[in-house]
Amino acid sequence: MTTEIKERIVGRSIKRREDPKLITGKGSYIDDIKLAGMLHVALVRSPYAHATITSIDASAALAVPGVVAVFIGNDMLDINPLPCAWAAGRVKNNLNTPRALAVGTVRHVGEAVAMVLAEDRYIARDAADLVEVEYAALPVVVDAKKATEPGAPQLHENAPNNIVMEWDCGDKAKTDAAFASAEVTIAEPIINQRLIPTPMETRGSITRYDEATGEFTVWMTSQAPHVMRLLLTAFVFGIPETKLRCISPNIGGGFGQKIFCYNDMAFTMWAARKLGRPVKFVEDRSENYKASTHGRDHITDAELAGTKDGTITGLRVKTYANLGGYLSTIAPGIPTTLYGRILSGVYKIPAAYCHVTGVYTNTAMVDAYRGAGRPEASYLIERMIDRYAAEIGLDPADVRRKNFIQPEDFPYDNGLGMLPYDSGNYEPALDKALAIAGYADFRKAQAEARQNGRYLGLGISSYVEVCGVAPSAWVGLAGEGWGAGLFESANVRVHLTGKVAVTTGSLPHGQGLETTFAQVVSDELGVPYDDVEIQWGDTQGTPFGYGTYGSRSLTVGGTAIKKSLDKIKEKAKKLAAHMLEANEADIVFEDGKAYVKGSPDKAKTLGEIALQASLAYSLPAGMEPFLDETSYYDPPNCTFPFGTHISIVEVDTETGRIDLKRYIAVDDCGNQINPLIVQGQIHGGIVQGVAQALYERAVYDEDGQLLSGTLMDYAIPTAEMSPHIETDHTVTPSPVNPLGVKGAGEAGTIASAQCVMNAVIDALAPFGVKHMQMPASPERVWKAIHQK
Amino acid sequence: MTTISVTVNGKQYTRDVEPRMLLVHFLREQLNLTGTHIGCDTSQCGACVVHLNGVSVKSCTTLAVQADGATVTTIEGLANGATLHPLQEGFWEKHGLQCGYCTPGMIMAAADLLKHNPNPSDAEIRHGLEGNLCRCTGYENIVKAVRYAADKMSVTTAD
Repeated sequence: MTTEIKERIVGRSIKRREDPKLITGKGSYIDDIKLAGMLHVALVRSPYAHATITSIDASAALAVPGVVAVFIGNDMLDINPLPCAWAAGRVKNNLNTPRALAVGTVRHVGEAVAMVLAEDRYIARDAADLVEVEYAALPVVVDAKKATEPGAPQLHENAPNNIVMEWDCGDKAKTDAAFASAEVTIAEPIINQRLIPTPMETRGSITRYDEATGEFTVWMTSQAPHVMRLLLTAFVFGIPETKLRCISPNIGGGFGQKIFCYNDMAFTMWAARKLGRPVKFVEDRSENYKASTHGRDHITDAELAGTKDGTITGLRVKTYANLGGYLSTIAPGIPTTLYGRILSGVYKIPAAYCHVTGVYTNTAMVDAYRGAGRPEASYLIERMIDRYAAEIGLDPADVRRKNFIQPEDFPYDNGLGMLPYDSGNYEPALDKALAIAGYADFRKAQAEARQNGRYLGLGISSYVEVCGVAPSAWVGLAGEGWGAGLFESANVRVHLTGKVAVTTGSLPHGQGLETTFAQVVSDELGVPYDDVEIQWGDTQGTPFGYGTYGSRSLTVGGTAIKKSLDKIKEKAKKLAAHMLEANEADIVFEDGKAYVKGSPDKAKTLGEIALQASLAYSLPAGMEPFLDETSYYDPPNCTFPFGTHISIVEVDTETGRIDLKRYIAVDDCGNQINPLIVQGQIHGGIVQGVAQALYERAVYDEDGQLLSGTLMDYAIPTAEMSPHIETDHTVTPSPVNPLGVKGAGEAGTIASAQCVMNAVIDALAPFGVKHMQMPASPERVWKAIHQK
Repeated sequence: MTTISVTVNGKQYTRDVEPRMLLVHFLREQLNLTGTHIGCDTSQCGACVVHLNGVSVKSCTTLAVQADGATVTTIEGLANGATLHPLQEGFWEKHGLQCGYCTPGMIMAAADLLKHNPNPSDAEIRHGLEGNLCRCTGYENIVKAVRYAADKMSVTTAD
């Protein structure tokens, strides 16, 4: 052979192809898009958390020059409320979802009441301030547990005691028995505080309506444009899906908040059709905080049972999950399937039971936020393991090791109704993290420091998560309640020139999927990396896919690409056999060339084969022209990444300030296609979890006012507030998919909050502190030390 | 309306603006320079940082009329033709961005930082970027990106 073999690039840290436009200011985000004749929307939002709307007077607003229209909820009764696509599985759900604009009653501060459309954003904003709305205030409840108590204000007629659903998993009788006979039991109230996802770009949508064809085009900040098309047409507008094209442009971060179907998608569509002009809405940060989704917000009673020598025998959990004033698109699925079913973490726990009550309160909707249920679960079990270890006087690393699921136990059934864990080897990750941290030496240093009045702490977090969601048969209507499938799709075309175009149902919003996918395609087809184009985000031109969340885009979306590549190669081999006048069975496809086994010198390149397939003057009998293959991949199982993180903190006992001195992450996400990108995902995830442990908390007062309503009041960490991160990894390929990948987008967030809290509480052990709610703010820490 | 004359990325523009128009809206909507972003409404996030007469400012809390007669540099004007600024190169090389939304402001703020402190320590980089928020990277690779640029610029200067 004379031609060079293309260097394999899977596994290499190549820099991202997405970046050149983004570092030069040439990205195209939603607010960068301008259409001719476009109107700007400003919303009138409720200042009350719970009230009846008694009157709306828009006359002063309509008198402002440049204002084109003002619409209210009652104008839009011809469209349906937004759908909830994931009710908790196998139980009754009392569903209430928001309308495009409120009708009759508002149920949280910031709920949209009226929309003003004007020629520019300044005029729209001015006029919105002139819309007179009168409200009759109603009593308010913001706390999930209090909302279920007798006498609490009621939000919805069909939800007595504000209960969305009661759901459980595991074996209650067996678990109760384990507790009745336990040598040691630990009980702890655990609060997983409400967080605000805060992608740096807020959300928005722009709709253009074509009166001639009745077709809508909506540009949206969406992680799932195909799903939005389905929900907006089939459920909200009652029109064929073919009448709506959804386009996700560059998206400035999502973290879950941009998965969902939001009212602005519906009201820009409605108004664009009504007025015959394009309509744009982009929320400002305060609006994002008040009215886009929040995350977490669990109030839990956790109990763990075990032996005196460190064997866990039972786990019992009762959680109140605050879901807000209405249900967001997949809200009930988060504290159930993605939380209860993974609560036992990396441990063999013979008896476990979890009961979840989903609750309406007068707060913003709560839905998936990075990790979505799994951070709450991992926080709970990892805090309880540390509590247990402290109670029986054993080393927390030893207790973890003693209870780990062992490599030979996979596939592992955790007894909570989760799919079997695919593969794992938990001890090497723990050992590696302990070695990097210098664990044995640390305990000595910690003891010495305490003698000198310095308080160091080390926290361990061994986690497992469920990614690559999910087999449709398991997650769908008959099972976990998700109202659809969760497969993913890809089309691969090899053009006449040999250039390869790949369209995917998955889409990136910071994850570098274009780069990662192109690496896979380049190696599989043996074509130059630069000859591969990855296209995404437009429902017109990409095959149906469920979108990007749940760390699923490489595991599920990447495998869909792999399947299409396999089909391309099969067809290329058939055609090459025809071109070489050989038997197909004798053809080898390797490094971008097809040849008869043993005769690589007479190879046909993929480009030559593609040209022949495209010109089509000589094809084997029955073969269709063109190399063009589409695949839909429904995974047989989820994937279960894991790892161990360790942090070391020092507490300033005078001020209560926590100094996060070291953060060590050893993660196993299976094979890594691009380690640089994986590492970046881990970094970002960790800082979001660290922020939950130390800084962030969405706070509502008793009247339902959001006190943390801007970036002045909600503590997104700066560079200075964030730790330097030391990363390492182990590799346990997933047997679930041919790439052997497990997913990395959420791992950091799932592992990190408890890692830091365990360190803080370890540092405070001399003061008798056994648990502390997040965030471990200086005030809380100081009080724990000084106000026993 | 007030008439202002501003030199942006080396090109002079004369425009009528409302006195209350923010510089960021002037750049984005009148000049179509959409590389400068808006991430908050309280001047916290720094997505809108540009240079006004060589000094970094948050263009969401600067009025367009304040830029009358001034020179403005935005992310679109940072590269030297096809040659990336060392910071742009550093962010690319070190994976200092993910979604890219904070990146223009982050790069412009870092450019100002390096002007005042050409060889900052990692701690000084973290401190110097306290007015810019990133939600994707955890800042680890942003620090590396700025370090890369500082090293490259000091070599260039030494040459």
